[in-house]
Amino acid sequence: MKTTYREAMRAALRDAMQRDERVFLMGEDVGRYGGSFAVSLGLLEEFGPERIRDTPLSESGFVGAGIGAALGGMRPVVEIMTVNFSLLALDQIINNAATLLHMSGGQFNVPIVIRMTTGAGRQLGAQHSHSLEGWYAHIPGLRILAPATLADARGMLWTALQDPDPVLIFEHGSLYNVAGELDDDAGAVEIDKAAVVRSGDGLTLITYGGTLPMVLEAAEQLAAEGIEADVIDLRTLRPLDEHTILDSVARTHRAVVVDEGWRSGSISAEIAARICEQAFFDLDAPVERVCSLEVPVPYAKHLEQAALPSVERVVAAARRAVGTNG
Amino acid sequence: MSTVRNQGVPDQEHALHLLRQMLRVRRLEEKCIELYSAAKIRGFLHVYIGEEAVAAGVMETLAPDDAVVATYREHGHALLRGVSAGAILAEMYGHAEGCCRGRGGSMHLFDADTRFYGGNAIVAGGLPLAVGLALADRMAGRQRVTVCFFGEGAVAEGEFHESMNLAALWQLPVLFCCENNLYAMGTALGRSESQTDIALKAAGYEISAWAVDGMDVLAVEEAARRAVDAVRSGGGPHFLELRTYRFRAHSMFDPELYREKTEVSRWMERDPISLLQGTMQAAGQLPEDTWATLTADVDAEISTAVGFAENGTPEPVSELMRFVYSDRAEHTGAGDGAGKEGAAG
Ligand SMILES: Cc1ncc(C[n+]2csc(CCOP(=O)(O)OP(=O)(O)O)c2C)c(N)n1
Repeated sequence: MKTTYREAMRAALRDAMQRDERVFLMGEDVGRYGGSFAVSLGLLEEFGPERIRDTPLSESGFVGAGIGAALGGMRPVVEIMTVNFSLLALDQIINNAATLLHMSGGQFNVPIVIRMTTGAGRQLGAQHSHSLEGWYAHIPGLRILAPATLADARGMLWTALQDPDPVLIFEHGSLYNVAGELDDDAGAVEIDKAAVVRSGDGLTLITYGGTLPMVLEAAEQLAAEGIEADVIDLRTLRPLDEHTILDSVARTHRAVVVDEGWRSGSISAEIAARICEQAFFDLDAPVERVCSLEVPVPYAKHLEQAALPSVERVVAAARRAVGTNG
Repeated sequence: MSTVRNQGVPDQEHALHLLRQMLRVRRLEEKCIELYSAAKIRGFLHVYIGEEAVAAGVMETLAPDDAVVATYREHGHALLRGVSAGAILAEMYGHAEGCCRGRGGSMHLFDADTRFYGGNAIVAGGLPLAVGLALADRMAGRQRVTVCFFGEGAVAEGEFHESMNLAALWQLPVLFCCENNLYAMGTALGRSESQTDIALKAAGYEISAWAVDGMDVLAVEEAARRAVDAVRSGGGPHFLELRTYRFRAHSMFDPELYREKTEVSRWMERDPISLLQGTMQAAGQLPEDTWATLTADVDAEISTAVGFAENGTPEPVSELMRFVYSDRAEHTGAGDGAGKEGAAG
């Protein structure tokens, strides 16, 4: 079946709503407008305004209400337009969703799923372009998913809804229009393991979400130069599947981490640190990182592109790692 | 908006019950202060002394399956909701027998059995949760009520306004109880709000709101009953501004430089416990020996609770990492009633 990332997301929502009447979608413009990224287009007509629930502009209020509804036995899917706006709901996500199970001594689960877009590349300026999923991956109590493929766009939601704990799903804005083949019977996928989406013994390229297509392109170019790469799609940023990373590095002895977040304190920093902690003697070269430059993402196209990871930068980092620089 | 005042002679048995409830909170917290001074319990400790009429009056009107959300000044709410004094004190001791197995402490008391959802130390952080709990009931067609307690300091937070708006917009079954004790730590209401009439503010969101004498437990109960009944029968969110006062400092760390001793003593003349005591005595409803029995009972309850907490066992460090994520084996997935609430809903 030919589909898009957006349609796969929508199919996942529809499927979840049909399978479990406790599931409902709530967020700004998810209903009448059809979703600011058109993910929920048509669902209002299908499920009605109680379950496709438009909210006012009050991120903290409706995310908190989602947490309360989860405590009350529902299975809310809360959509936040972008990760940038989720900062207004940080208190609810971090101080409530992530902590209530622990603070209550195991009495209160918060089975909420919060979806939001992330990432840059569409000249929207700093306040619409940041990649902050790595920050959320810092928080114990949260599970952080970043579907990069059609199969994961289709399959992660249901698994997330079955998780008794809060799950945040980050959808990179550049992925919605990605089209491709998806099995007709595609459904839920597991969310515990990273995926090796391309194999090679030359080095390990580690990424997730919106940068996966770019990293695969870089891997193609490297292959043309005779450098075969393992490409790892992390899929889940917390809890991190470090086994897949360490297994690969043990074979390839070289690693490049590609992350659209800023380098300082990023998920790429965490991954590089774990490789150094646990696979130091496997390494034949320093771990390389390709991240966004440490600047608020600018508007002008050439500036924005220069700030973000690119195929060229990934290829250059890979060449440094394998020692074929220049 | 209107002001509710109670009139008339109360039913003796019921008045005695309310008196007992307030006294239980008072004695529990006096004990907390003692234990704190003896370094048996630590952390932040915020007592409710002076405000007991609010929790006592409101809790009286709730059904067992209603939900309660409170702040960090919640020992009284927890106790009167039905959490045992022993489980509360053991929690402050950091013991496994505590209502949150030592992970919450004084500010984070929770109890699934009585649907007591905290214990929230973020000012206004509980309001959206209450909205969501009420939303869940509405969507599931249940006739339950969610009550949310918070201080007047929370009124300046954005979450207060977001929650009022959502609750009214969606006509949710929630009762907001603003415990207006005039101070947010050291900040007097008049120094933090342009409009100091809080019930009026709530009414601005098209929510039925009343201001109530929060020192008069009978008035609180009457107003709460009216509001809870209206909420339960589909009348949408309601709001009570309970005008009260805390007799003690904000917390054990507060040197209380911001208010006059004379102001405090003026309010103490309206101590909710003495007030009801006086009303009952005047009506011949509180003979000496009844009062003596009551205080002896309450003292016994509290000393048993202290004993329970003292003899508890520290939550083992080997258990430290539990409850960060769920034990997945205990949860077999959505659609099958995962989670405690799911089964009921
Ligand atoms: C969001 C937030 N800001 C600041 C604080 C610190 N703080 C704790 S209690 C308090 C005063 C709150 O006053 P009020 O809401 O009136 O409740 P009261 O303590 O009087 O019961 C403040 C500022 C906090 N806990 N949360």
